[in-house]
Amino acid sequence: MKRTFPILAAVTALLLVFGTYQALVVAPTERTMGDVQRIFYYHVPSAWTAFCLFFLNLVASVIYLIRRNTSADALAVSAAETGVVFCTVVLVTGPLWARPVWGIWWTWDMRLTSTLVLWLIYVSYLLLRRFSDSAQTPVLAAVLAIFGALDVPLVYFSIWFFRTQHPQPVMGGGGSLDPRMLRVFLLNLAVFTLYGALLCWGRYRIEVMRRQVEETRALEALLDDGQAGSSPARSSR
Amino acid sequence: MTGSSNPAAIAVRGLVKQFGRFAALRGVDAEFSVGKFYVVLGDNGAGKTTLLRSLAGLAQPNRGEISILGQTPRQAASLIGYMAHPSLLYDEFSGLENLRYFAQLYGIASDEPCARAIRSVGLDPALARPVGQYSQGMRQRMSLARAILHDPGILFLDEPFSNVDVQSTRGMATLLRGMCDSGKTIFLVTHQATVLEGIADEFVWMRSGLIVARTATLTPPQENA
Amino acid sequence: MSLLSPVTRATLLKDIRLEWRSKDALNSMLFFSLLVVVIFSFSFDPNAEESRQIAPGLIWVAFLFSTVVALNQTWARELRNHALDAYRVSPASPNSLFLAKTLGNFLFVTVLEALMAPLFVVFYNLRSIGPVWQLLLIGVLGTFALVVNGTFFAALSLRTRMREIMLPVILFPVSIPAIQAMVEATHIVLTGEGTARFWIVLLLTYDVVFTTASLALFGLILNAE
Repeated sequence: MKRTFPILAAVTALLLVFGTYQALVVAPTERTMGDVQRIFYYHVPSAWTAFCLFFLNLVASVIYLIRRNTSADALAVSAAETGVVFCTVVLVTGPLWARPVWGIWWTWDMRLTSTLVLWLIYVSYLLLRRFSDSAQTPVLAAVLAIFGALDVPLVYFSIWFFRTQHPQPVMGGGGSLDPRMLRVFLLNLAVFTLYGALLCWGRYRIEVMRRQVEETRALEALLDDGQAGSSPARSSR
Repeated sequence: MTGSSNPAAIAVRGLVKQFGRFAALRGVDAEFSVGKFYVVLGDNGAGKTTLLRSLAGLAQPNRGEISILGQTPRQAASLIGYMAHPSLLYDEFSGLENLRYFAQLYGIASDEPCARAIRSVGLDPALARPVGQYSQGMRQRMSLARAILHDPGILFLDEPFSNVDVQSTRGMATLLRGMCDSGKTIFLVTHQATVLEGIADEFVWMRSGLIVARTATLTPPQENA
Repeated sequence: MSLLSPVTRATLLKDIRLEWRSKDALNSMLFFSLLVVVIFSFSFDPNAEESRQIAPGLIWVAFLFSTVVALNQTWARELRNHALDAYRVSPASPNSLFLAKTLGNFLFVTVLEALMAPLFVVFYNLRSIGPVWQLLLIGVLGTFALVVNGTFFAALSLRTRMREIMLPVILFPVSIPAIQAMVEATHIVLTGEGTARFWIVLLLTYDVVFTTASLALFGLILNAE
């Protein structure tokens, strides 16, 4: 395990460089939107990665509620934090793309809007984790994650229907892709997923180590002031 | 090990309760017999309240087992009465109105057990004054009435005498002794143990999340060097 | 009423009676709701045609604010003297408590809406082209959507620091689809353009999904200690 992480990190770094090169240099320029369209190679893969990570958070949360093992909770918080980062990338690249192309900063299209709602749900999740006492945090957070997950399909339906009533420009999803663009897109999709998994794993390892340190400190504090309380008395007959 | 004459009212095994970095209970093992009056003593942070709340089913331990008359605390809920320093009552209601509501939680729909409980602690069921206007002594007695209205076999009391005047404290202690004599098991946490000397059957001493000694009289256990 | 368990009924009646006895929350909430309507009327010119277009949004946002302020009160009463501990220690099921609190909040918020809605109609000269019974249905489903999650999250945020701000922080994101549904449906009915059926079904689905989730998970968060 110790070797895998650095190796994977190096591989991911190389792939990211390669993917970036492909996206910014090799891929053909889009006919109508020009070079700005290249954001597409970051915008959509980031969204996909964020959704994968949030799904991972849901699975980890449910496992925690059933099994109550702390590693599941550590994974849940890691996936949530990493997911929020990628989600933020989507929300930032969206306006950066929309403004030059359509002249508006924001469009309430399906992907952007549902990403915004997911981002809000998970930021509130992280705030809940921050502001609850550490004894109950895992349970409360896991419950909120489930509520968030139940909300997602409802969010999709409501935005989808709203869009059919009030159509607006759709960002970079319509129409078929040039096969060369598709290749670069799929490459970046895979690389971003790998990158997201790596970051999540790194965060997870840090979290597990942090908890181990805390437990050790707690144990030390116990042993320090436990001079008189060495052996518990058994019950009287 | 339990004698055949006194089956365990409360049995605890390996009880661990942590609040983040702080371990309030560090592996408590003990058994407590039916029909006895136990008083738990110890400094702040010794784990007394955490132990009591875990036994009553209010706190979930991280590790270990609790058995109340052979069942988990939640299963034994109707056999448990609980009282603490706050009154656990609604200030706007009178004593009887309060008990009438809590009786519903135990499936008791009639006023009679409520009135009986109030009378047994020396208060008047007909008193219409809202509980919020009671003196502390009266309020704690009404809280005790609430705790016993469903005739539980075990009573858990967490600092019931805090801020109560000496006379009311003695009165309540005598009341509790009477209940114990008629078969209830009393498990009481307090700082002020002197009033219970001669009333309690056993004093349980806690420190740093463990039970360090159990004595029949109110003399502190010998310290280990 | 006979659909509810005795404990739910007793708890609901207890809350109504307590609220009626003190009228603290009710009076200040009624006044707060009035203030919200007035502030909105000053901020969004009622005479402008645009304001009448966005009136559904204004109304529901105003309801949302009042709901959040009201919900924070819900559990405050149970915490004051730790009366919630008395419930938790009893054999009564957590779900009965949740149901009672949700229904109580629903009634409370409906009273507030009954004050605010006519005021909005008057200030903004609102007229409904679509059927009014649909507006009532949307009102019921929408209010319930806010209240059911609001009650649950209010209980969840009991165990957090900054309790009052945590409730809206975790409630608002999850409520977004419901709020969109309420506002769109209201808009459609008021203007008579098209059918609100999809939004009403969405609201109903939302209510069913989250009531089920809340009932399934409430015990977990009530006893998380």
